[in-house]
Amino acid sequence: MSLYYLQKFLYQLNREESAQKKYRADLEQLLEEYDLTDEESNALREGDIGLLYVLGVNGQILMHYAAFLGIEWFDYLDLMREGIAKHGPVRAGVYAMTGGGESFTEEGKKQ
Amino acid sequence: MSLVYAGVLSHAPGITGRADLVKNTAKRDEFYAKLDIQRQEIEASGAEALIVIAAEHFANFFMSNMPAYCIGIGSEYEGPIEDPEWLRIPKTKVPGAADLGTRLTREVMKTVDVAYAEEWKFDHGIMVPLHFLTPKYDLPIIPVNINCQGPPLTPLHRAWAFGEALRRACDSVPEKIAVVGTGGISHWPATPDSGKINEPWDREFLDRLMRNDREALLGYDDMQTYRDAGQGGFEIRTFIAIAAAAGGQGELQFYTAELPIFAVGCTVARFSLDKAA
Repeated sequence: MSLYYLQKFLYQLNREESAQKKYRADLEQLLEEYDLTDEESNALREGDIGLLYVLGVNGQILMHYAAFLGIEWFDYLDLMREGIAKHGPVRAGVYAMTGGGESFTEEGKKQ
Repeated sequence: MSLVYAGVLSHAPGITGRADLVKNTAKRDEFYAKLDIQRQEIEASGAEALIVIAAEHFANFFMSNMPAYCIGIGSEYEGPIEDPEWLRIPKTKVPGAADLGTRLTREVMKTVDVAYAEEWKFDHGIMVPLHFLTPKYDLPIIPVNINCQGPPLTPLHRAWAFGEALRRACDSVPEKIAVVGTGGISHWPATPDSGKINEPWDREFLDRLMRNDREALLGYDDMQTYRDAGQGGFEIRTFIAIAAAAGGQGELQFYTAELPIFAVGCTVARFSLDKAA
């Protein structure tokens, strides 16, 4: 059930300004409200997009969270690729990487 | 008959959020121009409210209590939930249609069990369409959600039945109503494969959709869709519901796979309402 609460944490953070205020004021207290493993809590403390992706957080939830963190689009895609390189394939859900990790767009990060 | 317009369009967040990154600006601008034609068609229809059948992305519904179908009956909504700078759409209030939404819900319930909601926060799935179709946010909106995100998902034949029920509901009220379905066809959004598009699959689906071929549309299987069209392909439910609501054939006004930076094959189409459901 832990992935459920990990996603619930992010779902509520993404949609509720009150949760965003708590996140900024006292992240540890906010984390206490959810039944999370140490690995999940640490991923949230560090904003570890790559690990959260591999743990199976729904991609839409993760995309909105990355936007909340202010991560630039192409960096966000690279962080997911790096997560797979470091931790292996996505462990749950339907947002697995099915390509080889290559980019599907001609556009890239603005220099 | 009070359904006065039915159409479909894409909603991917990149359509607004990554507009400035696009290299193929001519194709982007052609897409935007088609969306503006859709806006004009809805306006010309005299619609007094716009139903948006969307596939939301965890702005309101979660696996704690996930409805297969939900209709908004609130008097006002807000959005986007996303960082406005990221989506390039400012946070705003959007008028609802509480009384009309309630009457439609009551009618739909005669044949399809639906949830309803007075509170609803819009994510890019609704805000991107509204940005183009009612940019002043002055047309009352009735949001509708089909769960395309958290499996188990509603079967396609139920999405069809829902579309038919919505048509009956629209035809039971005196107001003029427009309806759009918004989703992706094949796409792999929010994965490292973002930008991947299976154009042959899209064109085959759009052919079935424009012919409004019920049997062919309901012939898709979620496992095959996942393999060939990605998890984003589950959103065909919104397009299928529109085909069922419209009853008539479609006219594809725009499709391109040449804007992968938007992470979806960009689509605009309208339907004939000749044949009542």
